[in-house]
Amino acid sequence: MAQPRCFQDIILALQKYWADAGCAVLQPYDMEVGAGTFHPATTLRALGPTPWSAAYVQPSRRPTDGRYGDSPNRWQHYYQFQVIIKPSPPDLQELYLGSLEAIGINAELHDIRFVEDDWESPTLGAWGLGWEVWCDGMEVSQFTYFQQVGGHDCHPVSGELTYGLERLAMYVLGFDDGNAMPFNPPDAPIPLTYGDVFREAEAQYARWNFDTADTATLLQHFQDAEAECARILDQPDTDPKTGRHIVMAQPAYDQAIKASHVFNLLDARGVISVTERQAFIGRVRALTKMCADAFLRTGAGGRAA
Amino acid sequence: MPDLLIELFSEEIPARMQKRASEDLQRLVTDGLVESGLTYAHAGAFATPRRLTLALEGLLDRSPDTVEERKGPKVGAPDQAVDGFLRGAGVSRDDLEIRDDKKGQVYYATIKRPGRAAADIVAEVLEATIRDFPWPKSMRWGAGGLRWVRPLHRILCILTREDGAEIVPLTVDGIVAADITEGHRFMAPGEIRVTGFDDYVAKLKRARVILDPVERADAIWHDATNAAFANGLEVVEDAGLLQEVAGLVEWPVTLMGRINDAYLGLPPEVLQTSMREHQKFFSVRDPKTGQIVQFVTVANRETADHGATILAGNQRVLSARLADGAFFWENDLRVARDAKMQPWIENLASVTFHAKLGSEAERVARIAALARELAPAVGADPDAAEQAARLAKADLTSEMVYEFPELQGIMGRYYALEAGFPAEVADAVAEHYAPLGPSDTVPTAPVSVAVSLAEKIDKLTGFWAIDEKPTGSKDPFALRRAALGVIRLLLVNDIRIKLLEDRIFSKADMLIAENEDGISGPNFDVYGPDLLAFLHDRLKVHLRDEGIRHDVIDACLAMPGNDDLTLLVKRARALSDFLKTDDGENLLQGFKRANNILAQAEEKDGVEYSYGADVKYADSDEERALFAALDAEGPNIDAAMQAEDFGAAMAALAKLRAPIDAFFEAVQVNSDVQIVRRNRLNLLNRIRQLCLDVADLTRVDG
Repeated sequence: MAQPRCFQDIILALQKYWADAGCAVLQPYDMEVGAGTFHPATTLRALGPTPWSAAYVQPSRRPTDGRYGDSPNRWQHYYQFQVIIKPSPPDLQELYLGSLEAIGINAELHDIRFVEDDWESPTLGAWGLGWEVWCDGMEVSQFTYFQQVGGHDCHPVSGELTYGLERLAMYVLGFDDGNAMPFNPPDAPIPLTYGDVFREAEAQYARWNFDTADTATLLQHFQDAEAECARILDQPDTDPKTGRHIVMAQPAYDQAIKASHVFNLLDARGVISVTERQAFIGRVRALTKMCADAFLRTGAGGRAA
Repeated sequence: MPDLLIELFSEEIPARMQKRASEDLQRLVTDGLVESGLTYAHAGAFATPRRLTLALEGLLDRSPDTVEERKGPKVGAPDQAVDGFLRGAGVSRDDLEIRDDKKGQVYYATIKRPGRAAADIVAEVLEATIRDFPWPKSMRWGAGGLRWVRPLHRILCILTREDGAEIVPLTVDGIVAADITEGHRFMAPGEIRVTGFDDYVAKLKRARVILDPVERADAIWHDATNAAFANGLEVVEDAGLLQEVAGLVEWPVTLMGRINDAYLGLPPEVLQTSMREHQKFFSVRDPKTGQIVQFVTVANRETADHGATILAGNQRVLSARLADGAFFWENDLRVARDAKMQPWIENLASVTFHAKLGSEAERVARIAALARELAPAVGADPDAAEQAARLAKADLTSEMVYEFPELQGIMGRYYALEAGFPAEVADAVAEHYAPLGPSDTVPTAPVSVAVSLAEKIDKLTGFWAIDEKPTGSKDPFALRRAALGVIRLLLVNDIRIKLLEDRIFSKADMLIAENEDGISGPNFDVYGPDLLAFLHDRLKVHLRDEGIRHDVIDACLAMPGNDDLTLLVKRARALSDFLKTDDGENLLQGFKRANNILAQAEEKDGVEYSYGADVKYADSDEERALFAALDAEGPNIDAAMQAEDFGAAMAALAKLRAPIDAFFEAVQVNSDVQIVRRNRLNLLNRIRQLCLDVADLTRVDG
């Protein structure tokens, strides 16, 4: 692969690399999530005995990171590239280093290090051990061996790689200002920068996230999602209409995702106190835990057919 | 006598765990070998980010043969009993020997255990060690069940003799032990076959791995200081960082770089913290100005461009970090300068200190009121103390401290000065967390002392009021540290406060009650004495380190006014010194003798002999001399006690020693003449009372 020239070259190179490595290249999940881990292809598929291998880009939202498009390296909407392989292959580190090579990071010239960083997601009831990967002192990826998800021990263990695409691309392309970084090739008929694509929207979302979003409505959304999640999972495993065993783990999990994002919005609106915060996180965790329990009763979750 | 080499090769081991892990490997393996009879001459343990290594020299080739004789059942015992014995001893009936015993004939078995080959024992011990390794946190990987700190890839385990190396046969969860290791991940990838420890170390070094962490740390420090020296600069020492960095690399290459001029104006603490925490850089200082001007980073490899790309990358990352830092600093300075830190103080209302103890703002209000109360006793101006307390926590909501919590207080001082507050107030903001540990410096500036004391007393009374006391090893709010802080602040500064009598605790408590709606838990009357007892416990620990015995402290604790810790310690120190002298030791014996005789008599007679000893009933010189001595020294002791001059009181007590000794030598207290006996008992009471006024000597051992 030639040296990448723009943001999308890096996405394309990673997709090509992991496709060649045998991953199913999925598309982003069609919901607002805080990180690529929330994609059911990671959270749910990390559970149970069934082997799995996927790679995908996931647009992610962190409302509190909004800077009206003015920050060179912070956006409330950003991209993660996610790889998940279960069971984690013995050469996952080598595979990962190959992916850096594929996006133009030459290990002969750079200093690449695996620095301890244990990962924990209180809302997903999940944790794992691994590293943040440093390239010349900059964190370019998170590398995690999942030990627990939704309160369940992972067996086999999934290896998860997360690339923060903007930061990685800025480094590879040599830009200190992410908004100035080319999104498509600079010699394209209509060249676009990252800022051309997102800057205006960043300002709009920052205004909405911080000041305009109606907190009463959001709170109602949270409660609705919470209630719907529980209601879905209360249904019997056997569908009365078709007579088939259909545990609705993923529709329920969609509600958990929704609750989690609404919580992030409420947080950005500054209406959640420190004490309430823990309680909200606990409520989302309870939802993901229920979904994880349900997933283990599905075929993909290892239920004998 | 073979040598043993073990290497456990894995994915990157967290730096902070490496040292302990190499020690654990040595301990577990050598303990296991020795227990099986395999002794060795010398052991060495090492760690790099990817391996734990243990080398043993002069291991026994086999464990020694052993012979054990075991006594069995009597001849003629039921077959079941004999069979049971045979099974237990692992011998057959033909092997039994019959011997004559006092009670008849008895079976004896001789159990011979031949020694076992070193390889077999090593295999067993190493497998057990790997499976039970005490990592602080371990994990599984792939589809396997083995736990290690990160995935374990290879086991190297060989016994080396003059005629070559023997691979110890061992398989752990599919990993087969071999004589193979790997070099540097990037500079020398691939397998390396080794025959022994020296060969291993040499080949690793050729493959760009320095095995010994001490050698790596020395190399880093040597290169870093040389590079700095060449530029007329010096590296800021940081032993913790050095050890950590040495655990992040197998082939350290130090690179020194410049800090972008735009950020040189940041406070040195900010530069240092940002570089250390985020980038694991050493700070490099200009000794002439004290300013931090450059950094040293340690890479894990050499490159064709001599590290130029790596250094440029690190410089860019640092600039981005410091841009954040400068942004926070400028914003914070503006708040300090233009708004006198007020917005931060207001924001404290939305920072929870503890669910049941309200916000940081409420806590600050309590600390300010208490600091004001305490100010006169510590020689501080009440207005300054209150002002400093109101500012003390403001920096918690500044942007810089939000990013770097460890800079709390330090930033507060900069901001308080920028806002134009007096230096003593700014210093108190910085110092009010101190002392943080038993060896941390204790503030001595009066305003700092007032705020620091108030901060800690508020914390203690608060958590006592809601009944969240430390239990066992659990002390999530660091209340023991706070208690020790109170003690050291009082003692170092010689501060006289009666914690209970002056109602210091209850003042704090009333402030809590005013500030929140409905604390559940004990009220002041209940928890006050308990909190004081907690302080006394911490004080005992503190004084024990000073060499003052437990029982000596107890003797002083039993005295009135023990809520004045400074007074208490004065008394304890004087008593401890006194009891180390000959006079002190003997006086204590005299006191105990008097006290015992009195106690017995009082119990027998059912009365208290507490007054009215009259010299006219004395019938010997020794008795009269004791009266005279008590008459002479009594007022001296009283006066000294009034003046809280415990040294003088003890010195006066010491003068009683000779007359008391002489009295007991010559006089029989329990005279047949009742009036004489009663008089002598009342005389003994005078001794008892004088001593007990100084300290409760009944509690002193000996």
